[in-house]
Amino acid sequence: MSTAAVHSLWTTAADPISKFQAPKIEYGQLSPTLIVIGAALVGVLIEAFVPRKSRYYAQVFISVVALAAAFAAVVALAAGGYGTTKAHIAAMGALAVDGPSLFLQGTILLAGLLGVFTFAERRLDPEAHGNRVDSFAAQAASAPGSESEKAAVKAGFTTTEAFPLLLFAVGGMLVFPSANDLLTLFVALEVFSLPLYLLCALARRKRLMSQEASVKYFLLGAFASAFTLFGIALLYGYAGSVSYATIAQVVDGTVANVDPALANTMGNDALLLVGAAMIVMGLLFKVAAVPFHMWTPDVYQGAPTPVTGFMAAATKVAAFGALLRLLYVVLPGMRWDWRPVMWAVAIVTMLGGAIVAITQTDIKRLLAYSSIAHAGFILAGVIATTQNGVSSVLFYLAAYSFVTIGAFAVVTLVRDAGGEATHLSKWAGLGRRSPLAAAVFAVFLLAFAGIPLTSGFAGKFAVFKAAAEGGAIPLVVIGVISSAIAAFFYIRVIVLMFFSEPRPEGPTVAVPSPLTLTAIGVGVAVTLVLGVAPQYFLDLASQASVFVR
Amino acid sequence: MENLIALLIAAPLLGAAVLLCGGRRLDAVGHWLGTLLAGLSFVLGVVLFTDMLGKAAGQRAVTQHLFSWIPVAGFQADVTFRLDQLSMTFVLLITGVGSLIHLYSVGYMEHDERRRRFFGYLNLFLAAMLLLVLADNYLLLYVGWEGVGLASYLLIGFWQHKPSAATAAKKAFLVNRVGDMGLSIAIMLMFTTFGTFAFVPVLHSADSAGEGKLTAIGLMLLLAACGKSAQVPLQSWLGDAMEGPTPVSALIHAATMVTAGVYLIVRSGAIFNAAPDAQLVVTVVGAVTLLFGAIVGCAKDDIKKALAGSTMSQIGYMVLAAGLGPIGYIFAIMHLVTHGFFKAGLFLGAGSVMHGMNDEVDMRRYGGLRTYMPVTFVTFGLGYLAIIGFPGLSGFFSKDKIIEAAFAKGGAEGWILGGAALLGAAITAYYMTRVMIMTFFGEKRWQPDEQGNEPHPHESPGVMTIPMIVLAVGSVFAGGFFSIGDRFVHWLEPVTGHAEGNSPVSAMTVTVATLVLLVVGAGIAYAQYGRRPVLAVAPRGSLLTRAARRDLLQDDFNHVVLVRGGEHLTRSLVYVDHTLVDGVVNGTAASVGGLSGRLRRLQNGFARSYAVSMFGGAAVLVALTLLMRAV
Repeated sequence: MSTAAVHSLWTTAADPISKFQAPKIEYGQLSPTLIVIGAALVGVLIEAFVPRKSRYYAQVFISVVALAAAFAAVVALAAGGYGTTKAHIAAMGALAVDGPSLFLQGTILLAGLLGVFTFAERRLDPEAHGNRVDSFAAQAASAPGSESEKAAVKAGFTTTEAFPLLLFAVGGMLVFPSANDLLTLFVALEVFSLPLYLLCALARRKRLMSQEASVKYFLLGAFASAFTLFGIALLYGYAGSVSYATIAQVVDGTVANVDPALANTMGNDALLLVGAAMIVMGLLFKVAAVPFHMWTPDVYQGAPTPVTGFMAAATKVAAFGALLRLLYVVLPGMRWDWRPVMWAVAIVTMLGGAIVAITQTDIKRLLAYSSIAHAGFILAGVIATTQNGVSSVLFYLAAYSFVTIGAFAVVTLVRDAGGEATHLSKWAGLGRRSPLAAAVFAVFLLAFAGIPLTSGFAGKFAVFKAAAEGGAIPLVVIGVISSAIAAFFYIRVIVLMFFSEPRPEGPTVAVPSPLTLTAIGVGVAVTLVLGVAPQYFLDLASQASVFVR
Repeated sequence: MENLIALLIAAPLLGAAVLLCGGRRLDAVGHWLGTLLAGLSFVLGVVLFTDMLGKAAGQRAVTQHLFSWIPVAGFQADVTFRLDQLSMTFVLLITGVGSLIHLYSVGYMEHDERRRRFFGYLNLFLAAMLLLVLADNYLLLYVGWEGVGLASYLLIGFWQHKPSAATAAKKAFLVNRVGDMGLSIAIMLMFTTFGTFAFVPVLHSADSAGEGKLTAIGLMLLLAACGKSAQVPLQSWLGDAMEGPTPVSALIHAATMVTAGVYLIVRSGAIFNAAPDAQLVVTVVGAVTLLFGAIVGCAKDDIKKALAGSTMSQIGYMVLAAGLGPIGYIFAIMHLVTHGFFKAGLFLGAGSVMHGMNDEVDMRRYGGLRTYMPVTFVTFGLGYLAIIGFPGLSGFFSKDKIIEAAFAKGGAEGWILGGAALLGAAITAYYMTRVMIMTFFGEKRWQPDEQGNEPHPHESPGVMTIPMIVLAVGSVFAGGFFSIGDRFVHWLEPVTGHAEGNSPVSAMTVTVATLVLLVVGAGIAYAQYGRRPVLAVAPRGSLLTRAARRDLLQDDFNHVVLVRGGEHLTRSLVYVDHTLVDGVVNGTAASVGGLSGRLRRLQNGFARSYAVSMFGGAAVLVALTLLMRAV
């Protein structure tokens, strides 16, 4: 190397200030995410410095305040026009602030808030050694059944880390649907996945099952992430950029050549097709679409039920948001390639989820398969590739997440000596013993089944309408058939609850604190309001359905 | 002024709502409130009537548009009321007779602890019946039609603790259902033919539709009329409907509701005029029913059932007249009004008798009541004279016109229909004389009831006798008032149209023949029941008598043909359902379930197999994406 070259390197390195461009960050527009992540960090500090007795209260307080503040920030941004006229790409092209982002962020934040309520529930389990306990293990690190576990229980430990973990997960989920380049997408994916893996392992009861679920989720999640990452690499090779906008332009053929170093690979359609398929596969894993769904029943069953409810609702919202942006912003130019593939996925997902759910005997597994079938219904809306498709998916996600959290919250109430009584046979005659709880659960089941006057009907109608307008009539027909199959097992649970004789040693319905009651009450209220008067919310979703490019 | 029309309906509707929802605290005043609102409706009716009289004959029809009921493109259903001479006639009849019967019920239901509810139902009936006759379109008429059906059901079964009453209510409801089907089909046919079901456009453009379609609509309307007006073949419910309290029998099952079928046919006159085949069927139904009802009325010992047979027969006259077309429409309505007076009066009289006789209904246990109940005797007697067509009284004028019109139909049909109507007049005289003699004349035949209570016949209180007197006045003078100077014809002509019949026999001949037959009929009855003692237990009687006692085997016929047939049909449908339909359904369910069980096994709990499935899925996904591009 010549001296001049060395000198040039030195001077370049030594004079960074004049060349360095400070990134322009729109803190105000990113405030929802920043608030949540900041609160999560504070939560970590609380774990380190606040006395054990006060941690629970401090964590619940900070979580609720942060999520509420973030939601307020989302509402303020939406009111300020960032969802419509002022929508743009912030943080140097990393994040999109637009209608779908804000709508989904609002939904995730509300789901997170209700999730915190169910996490914080401490009245369901009997007190252990004079200490109130929640659904989480006394000390996650102690081996199940070991002496150290007993000591931890006796000492009244609780895993208050669950709250910052939830906040981190929510933070990642907020970024996920608004990520505007592939790297941000991947980072967000990992940011929300890792806390969820941990949360799954924290069950107080049936800890081995919980840990098994966690490990499975982690292994398979890592496997899926690898695919996604590989797909990202291939797309970079194809487009020479990870930015959504640039990739879209290359796909459309409006930009031919970006990076001379990639001249050999750029524009190679094989890279595009394989890379896109692999990224999509990673997202389909998160939404639990067949055949990437097999973790769902095991994880839903093993995880602590409040975690299941939160995860089932929020993950689905975030992942479908990311999938929508990917398909509508990055890959609209190759929709003739991905549409048939997604058709196939939607069909096997709808049918697979509904059919396998029929023979389930555990209520949590049943709801897991139901969530798979719902992923299929939502995919039908995604495939529409119209603005109505986007708005119907947004509406469906909002409706679905409240029903899901509410339903799992009811599951936490039905208990016997061994904790939650999730085996379906134990639910026989619940309607005679606790008519209110059974009626509320019946409302949720009817919403899942898509019976009119519940949000499920409005949502299903919207996605099927969008799909039919998008030319996917056969998909709608299969969707309706799957709905009919699915209605069977939902109604079967209702029949079981109301028209079977109660078992003598059957479970009882615990009286929860106002926290869980709020979660369930909001769930019922939203389910009925969206079912009876959906128009306002459909309009809202419709206004929020334009992606910024 | 036309804005008052809705109030006609609103007043009794409000009464029904208040009385049925008001609860016990209204028990003390409920009956007066109900009567007051019925009376208010009558006063409104009179106000509107005087207003209408002040206008020229051509401008009397007014409408009130209340609101758009179902405003859908291509399907316009409005809540609009139409008050013309025809509906005015009904309004006055319904509210007038209705108010009187409300008043009568105050006394009749005095000891019934559910009296408030009874008045609520009566008010509901008035509202529904007024809606029926005031509707400006067939759909709204249908609402009223169903409303009166509901009220009728509730009131027949008012004493629901009696199984017979509950069964009778159910029977009336079910038989009416058949007729209601007819009406709904007729309305659908109208909509497909004319694109609307409002009276004016349908009836004005009736000629433009094909005769086949009009015949179908007409026959369906006739089916509806048969159900509501108890015409053959849907007559079987009326006799059993007498299980209801007597004021109900008087108001609903004699004076007003059962005449709704006649209203429907006359209102739809334009359709029938253009469908002669349907008209012929209408006349046949009317003629058959008038004889059927009269024969049944001859054999019944239950005073209310005898009167029910008579009602059926008289409505048969009206339907016959309505089927004759423009020569008969007005006389159908005229007979309807006069019948409203005298039949309501007769029923109230029967109720008064029952009231004084511990609710005994068997005429073989009456006898000689004229001295015990003079007012009832006189009013009932005037009603009796009116119905048999005693010269100068109401029935004489209205029935005579129908018989003349029947002959005027012309040809063999005219002779057959006219002959049937004449024969009916003779039988009417016979059975009514029989009722009169068995009830008020002859020996006292009453006996202690099961508890050993000797009846103490007595005159009813003033609230009951006053309505009877008013109705008796109507029974005497209404017919003459209507007929002198053809007042009624001129009144209704702008709505229904009118044509003078061209009778092969002179009016005088018909009148004389009628009177002769009247004397013959009454004379036979006198010979059988007046000259000879009435047996306390009915004799076995001839085959016809026994058949007539069983309502000419109507229930046996229905049982064998409809019930058995229905059962067979149901059984075979159930068989098909169980084997074929359920087979397919259960088979599908079983195969889905089996598939579910098999797929479930893929979920084996091993993370490694899940990973393999994901890998396979990803491979397929990638391959499919590439394949799509290749294709």
